[in-house]
Amino acid sequence: MRSVIDILDLSKEEIADLIAVAEDIIKNPDNYREKCKHKKLATLFFEPSTRTRLSFEAAMYELGGNVLGFSDGDNSSASKGESVHDTIKVVSCYADVIAMRHPKEGAALVAANASSVPVINAGDGGHNHPTQTLADLLTIHREKGTLDNLTIGFCGDLMFGRTVHSLIHALTRYKNIKVVLISPEELKLPDYMLEDMAAHGLEYVETTSLEEYMGELDVLYMTRVQKERFFNEQDYIRLKDSYILSPEKLMPAKSDMIILHPLPRVNEITVAVDNDPRACYFKQVLNGKYMRMALILKVLEEAAK
Amino acid sequence: MIIGQIKDGIVLDHITAGKCMEIYAALELDKLNCQVAIIKNADSKKHGKKDIIKIDQAIDIDLDVLGYLDERITVNIIKDGKLLKRAHLEAPEEIKNVIKCKNPRCITTTEQELPHVFKLTDREKKVYRCIYCESMGK
Repeated sequence: MRSVIDILDLSKEEIADLIAVAEDIIKNPDNYREKCKHKKLATLFFEPSTRTRLSFEAAMYELGGNVLGFSDGDNSSASKGESVHDTIKVVSCYADVIAMRHPKEGAALVAANASSVPVINAGDGGHNHPTQTLADLLTIHREKGTLDNLTIGFCGDLMFGRTVHSLIHALTRYKNIKVVLISPEELKLPDYMLEDMAAHGLEYVETTSLEEYMGELDVLYMTRVQKERFFNEQDYIRLKDSYILSPEKLMPAKSDMIILHPLPRVNEITVAVDNDPRACYFKQVLNGKYMRMALILKVLEEAAK
Repeated sequence: MIIGQIKDGIVLDHITAGKCMEIYAALELDKLNCQVAIIKNADSKKHGKKDIIKIDQAIDIDLDVLGYLDERITVNIIKDGKLLKRAHLEAPEEIKNVIKCKNPRCITTTEQELPHVFKLTDREKKVYRCIYCESMGK
């Protein structure tokens, strides 16, 4: 049973196909309105999420399917102590495909191993978030026309930022990608990610300055310092305002640079930046829905074979 | 120092000097009733010093655990006082329940029944990573 836990579960060719399907959905939405008729998507969100859950649900409704699930672990049997394994065993009796978010890293793999239907990882702790990466890739592809030959800056919480980890994993397969890692010392990218980039020949630099490489970037990927990833609130308070992107800080940036953010934002991008044509984070949200539609179609088609 | 030959048992030779007690603990040799000889800092032509463990009983040994702990070890199986088999070890591709994931955010911290599985991701540096959260095994 094909599940998507890590962005690397999809080959480069499969990602290209998903982008092509998403583009076709954007052009010809009517052709897809009944593609998932009589199919059910279970959205199991053990951790609160507005965007990703609604995106999955909107994607399934637009494909003509139905949705069931829960939006908070407290409303599920997990609050009674049920394991992920057992929850998934039960839910896979009710649904044709599962989208799951869980605060623990690796929960999605446990779910995929237990499930008899495809599982799509909608975020497992600070680990992976492949469908956000699909949204990011479609946005970069639509805005820049390519996924090769780009200099991409990642700014903020690079240690716990699962969207960053997944996107970097994906980028290791494209040509001539340069990565600028902008973070406070305490929130640097984990070692295994640096090793992975080095092993794939991805060129990268680490800096604590948002301004230093601004003029060289084709894409600036901003992230939020996530309160829920800290055990110590003092550390969170100390680091949360490390980087705030404002129109002034964007002055040296290229005119065709794009600004991405997986959202929700707190204050790391000032509202004044929203009117800048380079701000693409709300487009990213819409693109996320199209890529989730394409992915749901793909895993259901494969499961039917 | 003379330690007698064993008739039926196992000799773990070429243990990296200083590691024999770790091996002793990992294989739970303290639970055996037979004679177990631990030789530390024996002379070694190849490595200068080495440790040796002699077990005077034919027991099942998890070679994956040994390979993970120390690739240098040579396992000699002795039967009727003669060498029956000699095995050289290498770091196994996967280890199960040998080490535990220490990442407090890993799913294994809350789902107690899950096996702690680590995969070898870099043979040269001998890096093992948790299959769930990808944290490095230590």
